[in-house]
Formats: sequence, structure tokens, C-alpha cells
Amino acid sequence: MVQLTLPKNSKIKPTGKHYPAPAGASKVKTFRIYRYDPDSGENPRWDTYEVDTSQCGPMVLDILIHIKNTVDPTLTFRRSCREGICGSCAMNIAGRNTLACTHGHEECPGEKIQISPLPHMPVVKDLVPDLTLFYAQYASVEPWLQTETPEPQKEWKQSPEDREKLDGLYECILCACCSTSCPSYWWNQEKYLGPAALLHAYRWIIDSRDEATGERLDELEDPFKLYRCHTIMNCAQVCPKGLNPAKAIAEIKKMLVDRVV
Amino acid sequence: MSYRTPLSRARGLGSAKHGVGHWVGERVGAIALVPLVLWGVYSVILLAGMDYYSAVEWIGSPVNATLVILTIFISTTHMISGLRVVIEDYVYSHLNKAACLLLNLFVGWLAGALAIFSVLKVALGGA
Repeated sequence: MVQLTLPKNSKIKPTGKHYPAPAGASKVKTFRIYRYDPDSGENPRWDTYEVDTSQCGPMVLDILIHIKNTVDPTLTFRRSCREGICGSCAMNIAGRNTLACTHGHEECPGEKIQISPLPHMPVVKDLVPDLTLFYAQYASVEPWLQTETPEPQKEWKQSPEDREKLDGLYECILCACCSTSCPSYWWNQEKYLGPAALLHAYRWIIDSRDEATGERLDELEDPFKLYRCHTIMNCAQVCPKGLNPAKAIAEIKKMLVDRVV
Repeated sequence: MSYRTPLSRARGLGSAKHGVGHWVGERVGAIALVPLVLWGVYSVILLAGMDYYSAVEWIGSPVNATLVILTIFISTTHMISGLRVVIEDYVYSHLNKAACLLLNLFVGWLAGALAIFSVLKVALGGA
């Protein structure tokens, strides 16, 4: 049945360490951050940081970097490009998966902003989830051009109209916000590919240059790999790039119907 | 502990290469049930005002009997296939899953068959 009891070290202690605002702080905001260190053997906890937001930039990532630099160097999170193109800093901010680097702390409702790792994934440390399976699922859809026709002398040509079909798909940065916001992915991530991998599968299925469309559809036609999508639409709601994985999945389902009707 | 590679884990047992039939079936059933259920609601309102003998006579009409049986048959298949997805979503252990799927199928069809037989019995003059 559904896992009703949590595995060891899952229960979060409601009160962790508290870091008060520095004296003379002007615009104080409180951040409640999930902390877990597997080496300590202790359960995770919520630490609260009172941050003087006049001292840092407008984004949640600026706050996290400020905390790490000046308050608590043990806080662990992934970040790289700080402009929404690498997908490293995906996390759950104020109850919603998004990128810390493109989400302003002013946008978050409430006085206390809660930050936790992407939901329902194993946690490596603090805000760093283990995305191994997520990346492997992406690899399993064989996200590269597959052809049998001998390669042309110069390049595989594509008309502007055919290229346009890839808009809204190629922009995906694999941040995992969508897949980890999907209840179907939470309950069946060992068998369901999840919105991100399926969006990429569709990106290659409708690529006019690809010759493996049938094989790709064959591989997806499965009660779990594809049909666990129940059109919940969380994926489209949270995508920080404004993409719509649910629509891509619906298009795959339509193509599978087109094969039989 | 397992040294299985992540890709092998992601590929799992491979594609079942079916599922589109079930998906289409669910939608066709849902579309068919829209007019049938509307007609069903209308019929229940109609029947509420009738006495026993006119109700038996109503069921005896071939059109009414056929539509009632169709409503029962399609809603039974629709219910079983919908509940099957719910079971697959939430029940993980092999034994529990097999038990739930069988129970769904058996109880669903027991109810459906009983209802269809009852309609036939009344319609064919047994009541």
C-alpha cells in the first residue's frame, strides 16, 4: 500500500537553530530552511534565519548566498549560472518548486519564507536532492537525433515551420521542478518517466529530421512510463521556464491514438 | 544495496507496448455515459411518479430496457477500468496489488451482472 510510515531520519524536527537579525538591520525577513546532514545521523530540522534584505540582491538565491557567506557557511545548496539557464538551484520555495535565482523574495507570500529541497527525492544534504534517477530517465528516452538515411554532405535540413514545432520544448533546462511537483511521479517514480523526460521524448518525436519516431512511440506506450500522467498540470504550473510538459504528454497520447485509429 | 546502473533502473522491464487501448476505452466510455446518465436522471424522475405496475411496464419497453442495460454495462466497465488505474497508482506490493485488481474485477462484474440480470428478469416478464 501507500507508504504511511516514513523511513528513518525523515521526520523533521520543528525547531532547529535560530540565527537572529544583526543589530541595526532595517528590512528583516525570516527564512525557514530545511537542514539535513546525513553524516551527523540526526533527523532533519528547520533552521530559521532572520536576514537583513537591504544587504542582499532581490532573488531568493541572493538570500541563500548571503546566508552562506555571512551567517552560516554550513548551508548547502546547488547553484551556478544565477540567471535561470543551468537549472541547478531548483528547490521548493514557499511551497512551490522553482529556481531560487529567478524567484524574487518579494514575490513570496507571508512573513516567513520556507525553503526545502525538491519534494519526494532522496536528500544528499540540506537543499541538495539526489537526481540520479531523474537524469537516467532522461537518458532512457535517447535524447539525440536518430537516422538511417546516409548522412548528408552538409547538414540535416529543417524548414522554419518544422523548427517552430520545437519551440516550447527545446528550452527545457532539466531543473526537475516539474517532475518533482507531480504526484504521479511521487508515487511511481521507479516506473513513470515523469514530465521532464516525456517533454524531451516528445521534442525528438516531432523533430522532422528524426527517423525513429515509431520506435520512440513504441518505447513510451506503457501503462506506467507514459500513462501515469493523469493531467494534474502541476508541471505546467511550476515550470520556471513557462513550458507546458502536460501538453507535450497529451500530444504523445494523441500520436499513439493516431497510430491505431 | 545494489550496483544496478541508474539507466538500467530507469529502463526497468521495458515498455509493455500497450496502454493506448485502455486510454481510448476510458474516454469512449465517458463520452457514451454523458447522454446515458442524462437519460437515466430523466428516467428516475419519471419513475418516481409511477406506481409498481407502470414501472414494470416501463422497463418492459425494449428501448428502455436496452438503454438501462447499456448504462449498467458501460458504467461497470468504466468503473472497473478507472478503479484499476487508482489501484496501480497507490498499491505497490505484488500480492496486495494482485488481490486488489482481482477484487475490483470480480466485485465490479458481480454488481454489473446482477443489475443486468435483474433488468432482464423484469423486462421479460418474470417479476
